[in-house]
Amino acid sequence: MNRTAHKFFIAFLVVPAFLILAAVVFYPFVYNVVISFSNMSLRHIKDWTITGPQQYIKVFTEPTQPDFYLVFAKTIIWTVVNIVFHVVIGVFLALLLNQKDIKGKPVFRTLLILPWAIPQYIVALTWRGMFNYEYGSINLILTKYLNMPAVEWLKSPTEAFLACILTNVWLGFPFMMVIALGALQSIPQELYEAADIDGASWRHKLTKITLPLLRPVMIPAITLGTVWTFNNLNIVWLVSNAGEPSDQTHILVSFVYKAAFNLYRYGYAAALSMVIFVILLAFSLFFMKKTKATEAAY
Amino acid sequence: MNSKRFLRLFLTYLALTVFAAIAVYPILQVVTISLRPADRLLSTSLEIIPDDASFKNYVDLFADRPFLLWMGNSIFVSLVVTLTGVVLAAMTGYAFSRFTFIGKKIGLLSLLTTQMFPATMLLLPLYIMLIKLGLINTYLGVITIYTATALPFTIWTMKGYYDTIPYSLEEAARIDGCNQFQAFYKIILPLAAPALVITALFSFMTAWAEYLVAAQILQDSSLWTLPLGLKSFESNMSTEWGLYGASSIIVTIPVVILFLALSKYLVSGLTLGSVKG
Repeated sequence: MNRTAHKFFIAFLVVPAFLILAAVVFYPFVYNVVISFSNMSLRHIKDWTITGPQQYIKVFTEPTQPDFYLVFAKTIIWTVVNIVFHVVIGVFLALLLNQKDIKGKPVFRTLLILPWAIPQYIVALTWRGMFNYEYGSINLILTKYLNMPAVEWLKSPTEAFLACILTNVWLGFPFMMVIALGALQSIPQELYEAADIDGASWRHKLTKITLPLLRPVMIPAITLGTVWTFNNLNIVWLVSNAGEPSDQTHILVSFVYKAAFNLYRYGYAAALSMVIFVILLAFSLFFMKKTKATEAAY
Repeated sequence: MNSKRFLRLFLTYLALTVFAAIAVYPILQVVTISLRPADRLLSTSLEIIPDDASFKNYVDLFADRPFLLWMGNSIFVSLVVTLTGVVLAAMTGYAFSRFTFIGKKIGLLSLLTTQMFPATMLLLPLYIMLIKLGLINTYLGVITIYTATALPFTIWTMKGYYDTIPYSLEEAARIDGCNQFQAFYKIILPLAAPALVITALFSFMTAWAEYLVAAQILQDSSLWTLPLGLKSFESNMSTEWGLYGASSIIVTIPVVILFLALSKYLVSGLTLGSVKG
């Protein structure tokens, strides 16, 4: 085949997808940058003008209800707590399931994957029901079986935030478990046999073989998981019913969503979206770079 | 069996059972709610199958509510998104895996970067664009957005999987007289089945379970997809929990079946992609 035909073939493969991406992702991105430097809002929807970095200054200095820095701190707590639990529970269950002499493996794996398979909005609304003060099953279990006082889950800021985290931990561990399970299965069995000959203990095998070989697979998954969790609007928005009580249960993405679609502060929301994007980009670059140094060992 | 092994197995089963119970419990809750008769919705009992269980909620869903309409809408949107998504990701991923061309590296990196966009980053400009183009309350708008949302992840998955298939296979096919395109869809595409399955599942789920975009674009209730319909049971002053539960179960069952049937592919496809990506 000649070179023109070859180029044509590549274009035929790549262009359709990138046309759609250009329309839905790249153009709106540029448009968002423009809006972030403007005064667009419900009042100025047609006659908006470029006003410079005003909106960015507002993001960092304007006193908002709730406070931007508080929401930011909460977002970091939200992300770190979720990812730690996702990875620890996920890897732990994968290790359990990967033992050779366990019976009923397919059954356990199936049941443990379920939280991932259920649409997120159903998960969120169901847990919201379970956190109900009087009729929710969580309080019923606490009071009837554990002899503990009932908790006002959705009425106070700390408990509502905790409720969102519990929901998201439940929802997120199967993804990490599936990734870890795949990675464990690809570790060559000879490594363990060799270790057995050398008389290595199970703890030694875990820390010297299993965990180091899990690393290169888990790191991209953790990066992706962190970004997805940081940006997970569904759970916080639906479990706390748009930030209840009185807008005290927000992470950055739900805070922006509110600014954009409930308060119609378009310019401000666009600027805040940019800030979130830059934070995540910086994190990903830093994290991938930091962990790449060790990847050569694999 | 020595006591050490016994202890290890005992603890393993114990832990697996506890976690499996935690994973399943909320789902059983929804089943319970869906079976409760309307006058006992606010119950403080913890039974899984209520005493006077009935399928009345399921019947009401189809008889009194436009549930079939929502379901039809959702199936239509999801199938179109899945089909377009699979075709586009299979093609683009192949080009990124096999050929060098101008803009390849930037293309791949920009795909990765889109994963860091917060939802509002694109939703807000898109919303304003769609208003200007008159595409609010159309499926064209939603379908294009869903397809594009799934593409970055699926293109990467496809690319990672193609990377594990040796190039010599295409060379052999070319020698046997296939042209470049035939070598791709006759030889390579069937081998990439696990990745295609993940791509299809991911695209389908993106469309089937999406609430926030649909809520802004599909404002006319005759166009509603399932998530919007389900949320409408909840948004009134008093939540219609019975209907909510019944519809959740119906919405979830096909997805769960798909997921479980494909879970084998899920493990191999996701990890291969990420190891070699």
